Amino acid sequence: MDKILEVKDLHVNFATYNGTVQAIRGVSFDLNAGETLAIVGESGSGKSITVRSILQLLAKNADIAKGSILYHGDDLLQKSEKGMDNIRGNKISMIFQDPMTSLDPTMPIGKQVAEPLLIHNNVSKKDAMARAEEVLRLVGIPNPKARMKDYPHQFSGGQRQRIVIAIAIVDYPEILIADEPTTALDVTVQAEIIDLLKELQQKIGTSIIFITHDLGVVAGIADRVAVMYAGKFVEYGSVNDIFYNPQHPYTWGLLDSMPTLDTSEANRLNSIPGTPPNLLNPPKGDAFAPRNKYAMEIDEEEQPPYFKVSKNHYAATWLLHPNAPKVDPPASIKKRFEKFKQLGGSVK
Amino acid sequence: MAKYILKRIFYLFLTLFIIATLTFFLMKMLPGTPFSNQNRMSPDQLKIVKAQYGLDQSVFVQYVRYMGGLLQGNLGTSFQFNNEPVTALIGQRLAPSMQIGAQAMILGTVLGILLGAVAAIRKNTWVDTLATFISILGLSIPSFVLAVLLQFYLAYKWHIYPVALWDNFQSSVLPTLALAALPLGNVARFMRTEMVDVMSSDYIELAKAKGNSSWKVVTKHALRNSLIPVVTIIGPMAVSVMTGSMVVENIFSIPGIGEQFVKSITTNDYPTIMGLTIFYSFLLVVIILIVDILYGFIDPRIRLGNGGKE
Repeated sequence: MDKILEVKDLHVNFATYNGTVQAIRGVSFDLNAGETLAIVGESGSGKSITVRSILQLLAKNADIAKGSILYHGDDLLQKSEKGMDNIRGNKISMIFQDPMTSLDPTMPIGKQVAEPLLIHNNVSKKDAMARAEEVLRLVGIPNPKARMKDYPHQFSGGQRQRIVIAIAIVDYPEILIADEPTTALDVTVQAEIIDLLKELQQKIGTSIIFITHDLGVVAGIADRVAVMYAGKFVEYGSVNDIFYNPQHPYTWGLLDSMPTLDTSEANRLNSIPGTPPNLLNPPKGDAFAPRNKYAMEIDEEEQPPYFKVSKNHYAATWLLHPNAPKVDPPASIKKRFEKFKQLGGSVK
Repeated sequence: MAKYILKRIFYLFLTLFIIATLTFFLMKMLPGTPFSNQNRMSPDQLKIVKAQYGLDQSVFVQYVRYMGGLLQGNLGTSFQFNNEPVTALIGQRLAPSMQIGAQAMILGTVLGILLGAVAAIRKNTWVDTLATFISILGLSIPSFVLAVLLQFYLAYKWHIYPVALWDNFQSSVLPTLALAALPLGNVARFMRTEMVDVMSSDYIELAKAKGNSSWKVVTKHALRNSLIPVVTIIGPMAVSVMTGSMVVENIFSIPGIGEQFVKSITTNDYPTIMGLTIFYSFLLVVIILIVDILYGFIDPRIRLGNGGKE
């Protein structure tokens, strides 16, 4: 498979009145042509900042301190503002979280969808509008020809997100970044949008980086999953690796706090105790250690490296060190290991 | 849309009717008559003059008569200005007032929008500070102070513009500048606040993500959306400019309406007071109507009739 995007050792800092916040502390990943990578993590873990760094759509006080973002071998961080404008909306495009506020309220939606074409391609306005109509039909806006002249407020939330998706795919981007595209929508509409994204991916063959805090959504769309915590990836692997052979205690915590069919009033939903660390002063050791009941002394002292679990599956936890004691994961995780064995995987 | 405008025009006349009624009775409550200072007139002569102008009738009869005339577009005859019809009086003096008023509004609004936009784009830099400083000056210096300053430097000392004269465009520059300061300051402050909000909105981020250059993000998406609240203040601002122009017209010896208004009040010139009040009210109500219609053009969400589905 072709690697089209390689992020290497990305560090992003934010200058605030209280000091420098180290929001991203060394993130590396790559993206293959046509695949879907999901980045999951709780609010503030740095998911959005990671992907916004790719398009350099960060707030003014952000500083990409270190690292490189190679797109077909070309470092995007070295590009001029104009060079980036040529990438944005053309090669790499983005779907934002809140469809209610993502569209320009004073511009007809047809024009908004056609805009990237007019910016990047030397096409006539008529051709761009024809193409916009076609794409609006593709994303499931009924009667697009008539509705092109309508304004965002004349559409429902789900329809607006379809329009935002239309804007993102109108120029057939190689990479589509979806930043929590379903968070602001109700559950039935969420499922429709996920199906739409999958369908579009097959039709236009784009790669997707999908950000979410909803593991249920990940299972339905991702090929690979990265779990993010306090500005770092703590575990990444295939979707089966993460769901059925998780190794990091944080991943266990996330999976354990998902509601299942067995969840009833008697056995309440599990949660991970505590709060994420303040990244103004990131901890010396493992950032998850204070909330981790499996934490060892070394977790306080030194950040764990990535231990290889299997091909393409890595986790940053000292528990995988050969000298680490054997721990007993939560019951629900053990069940997942069983399932993994049935799938033909080998559990450590 | 047409139905809406018709409805608004009906309300416009209703408003004018109420204003005319209120002004009429308030005016009649003022002490004295138009002829109070004519000491040489004997009581008999006064009686004759009063009867001639219908002032010997009861206030209510006078009111009905006046309103009857108004319906036919007759604003009556001035008591003071050589018995001229009030419509003619206003007509003669309308042009200079309208010219400097309109020039000041256009200049102030356009410069204010630019200043506010630049301040918002360069938020928290020296450009922003300078723009804020200028707009606060514009807001806080009264137009008559500015008028005198401009007159002293640009006219008296440096001879760039005439001191106090009314003939060509040259002579309208200083009064226009003096009157433009207020709308400039007002619009710039509104524009900056609104544009700062707009620039941090999601759709501006999406516009950037589409590959728009910073310039295009501003011109194609940010400006129009920031203009919406600015349009709201144009109505009240027009009033301030109109009232400001009364004094400024005096300073630059412009034969405008403002000057006449002040005179008519001090001399109890009833028909002129009424005529000018109705005229100013009419102007204001029309400006508000235009602003409301303009709103619909700028913001599709409040477009009425067949447009909005909400």
